[in-house]
Amino acid sequence: MFRRVLQLGLGPGLLTRGLSTRRGVSTLDWDAKVSEFKKKIECILPGKPWETQLYDTSHLPPEQSDVVIIGGGIFGLSVAFWLKKLEKKQDAIRVLVVDQDHTYSQASSAGLSVGGIWQQFSMPENVRLSLFSVEFLRNINEYLAVVDAPPVDLRFNPSGCLLLASEKDAAALENNVKIQRQEGAKVCLMSPEQLQNKFPWVNTEGVALASYGMENEGWFDAWSLLQGLRRKVRSMGVLFCQGEVTRFITSSSCVEGPNGEEMVLKRIHKLHVKMDKSLEYQPVECAIVINAAGAWSGHIAKLAGIGKGPPGTLQGTKLPVEPRKRYVYLWHCPQGPGLETPLVADTSGVYFRREGLGSNYLGGCSPTEEEEPDPANLEVDHDFFQNKVWPHLAQRVPAFQTLKVQSAWAGYYDYNTFDQNGVVGPHPLVVNMYFATGFSGHGLQHALGVGRAVAEVVLEGEFKTINMSPFLFTRFYLEDKLQEYNIL
Amino acid sequence: MAAPWAFLRLGIREWNGGTRSIHGMSESVAPGGNQKRRTLLQYLGDHFYDIQALREFLLLRQMLKLNRKNRSFIGINEKYGPYVTGALFILKLGGAVKFQDKEWIRPNERGRFSADFLAFREVPVEAVDASGCAINYLGLDNLLALKELQSLSLQRCPNVDDWCLSRLYPLAGSLQELLLAGCPRVSERGLACLHHLQNLRRLDISDLPAVSHPGLTHILVEEMLPHCEVLGADWAQGLKLGPEQQPQDTSSPVSA
Repeated sequence: MFRRVLQLGLGPGLLTRGLSTRRGVSTLDWDAKVSEFKKKIECILPGKPWETQLYDTSHLPPEQSDVVIIGGGIFGLSVAFWLKKLEKKQDAIRVLVVDQDHTYSQASSAGLSVGGIWQQFSMPENVRLSLFSVEFLRNINEYLAVVDAPPVDLRFNPSGCLLLASEKDAAALENNVKIQRQEGAKVCLMSPEQLQNKFPWVNTEGVALASYGMENEGWFDAWSLLQGLRRKVRSMGVLFCQGEVTRFITSSSCVEGPNGEEMVLKRIHKLHVKMDKSLEYQPVECAIVINAAGAWSGHIAKLAGIGKGPPGTLQGTKLPVEPRKRYVYLWHCPQGPGLETPLVADTSGVYFRREGLGSNYLGGCSPTEEEEPDPANLEVDHDFFQNKVWPHLAQRVPAFQTLKVQSAWAGYYDYNTFDQNGVVGPHPLVVNMYFATGFSGHGLQHALGVGRAVAEVVLEGEFKTINMSPFLFTRFYLEDKLQEYNIL
Repeated sequence: MAAPWAFLRLGIREWNGGTRSIHGMSESVAPGGNQKRRTLLQYLGDHFYDIQALREFLLLRQMLKLNRKNRSFIGINEKYGPYVTGALFILKLGGAVKFQDKEWIRPNERGRFSADFLAFREVPVEAVDASGCAINYLGLDNLLALKELQSLSLQRCPNVDDWCLSRLYPLAGSLQELLLAGCPRVSERGLACLHHLQNLRRLDISDLPAVSHPGLTHILVEEMLPHCEVLGADWAQGLKLGPEQQPQDTSSPVSA
């Protein structure tokens, strides 16, 4: 009791995080403590050798961490948030986020996304993920509120998402809407006449059926969500460092599989973090590694030895996630659709949405496999808009025949070449590496639910809320493709 | 030595305030209240020295208190029907209700109101005045079942936001008047959802501080709802925005 009173007198900065100066304490405080420590050492033990050993290491990650999350994007932050929220005791788990690109200049899910969220998927798990995400966004300040900080403002546009289907796809769309309604999504089907009545600016030629999300669909400011999550997880005691993971140190053991084949189990013990713009690196001893590196998850998995083995075996199965470049164009059209414009996905694959109040629109299109651009840089191909995007836009919305492109940018998808769905959960052979990646363009709206699922598997050993078992890594070895028809 | 007792007193005092709000709850909710009380004391016992955690808990509790005010009345709905349930919800928040062919019912200065409307099981609710009430997204559950609602006033409601406006589409068949004046969290993004309400004849969107361009938004809402009289920004405010619109148009010449 008396010791607690003394602790109260120490001040709020140290109380919530114990006496460990690594957790959340700012660099300024740390430097001051190092100076004080140096003075004490000089008084007690005068002499040169002691001074040379006390140098500033505040920019390095800790030497030990229970969980290391590779990637500081929306997935990494979400996993960190849920690990901290679901831990049994406060500060029970030390979580480190290794972020190579803290300015998010190349990120796809957050900084460059159109910020769309919808529930119109064909897989029930994806619908549930989106429904949970929209509940999270609605109650964003119940989840991410930090005392003495301003509330998070997502600038959510609940204008809905409109999917157009041609004669060929109408049956699939109708079946999808049935699945979505079973999961609780508020989606309605519209005939071409109903579509014309509701949105007179749509040219319904070639449209056989349309589905429209009446509620819980729209777009929001992804950047605000990212910064809010980052602020919250930092206040929860998550450590951050800016660097690149260059090496994993693992141990191996041979086991015999159920059919008598020999397999090699691996466990990651350490990873090397190379600091940004420097040759300095720090080994970090860790128990669990979360691979949330987005478009570079395949590279991280290869570093951990995933995929090194004979083809056709589980050991030789790679993580099929690679960077793909996607363009987003911003154009101005004074005669364009009005305030009620939803996020529209055309039969041709072109999508667009309204941006602000000044007749600006945002959109793009996913290229076909042959047109896939080179992901070596982030230069924008304006001919792609002129030749592939604009003709379909003008055909669907005749007002877009007279538009002017204002700007454009490119970003990376973490593209799953196997089935364009996410990879969630542990690797079967590298037993302490977990995946949260590969969502191929709809990761922003699924990251919050996926982070919770990964945290549940790490902390409790199984999926508790949304069962993500179909998204496990083993489906690549079993050639079990997940069919998701509504990917923008 | 006195500090732990101070925290315990603070927690107990806060909880006593919460207890008073439980006084009006129906009996079916009481067991939940008891569980929460035990949970709070248990929580304080484990962490009472942690100032930050206590403040975060109080902040979260403030939000939960608002959600409790907006809870759905499941038992009352089963016994009296959706009309009486919606009316009771609004009257408890301090608003006013008008049943079809009946007079307005509103609470007096002390929050008391007549219980005669419990006999109106089959009478539709025609108008709701929830001005200044603490209604939020969850509370709209009690209103969306009023299929014949024609007039809805949500003026100066502090918790009505864009999410709430996106939920009003089930009333599209009947709603003719919607008043949103003075709502601090309604922005142009929520007003964009009102295009579902095609029977709307009167819409008040004046004095909305979260709308970034009131004059432009007023024009766009009028275009979106051509049969509706839109009361919005005064014309002087609109005139100020006039010069801003023209440069936008001229700076973007139309190209084929």
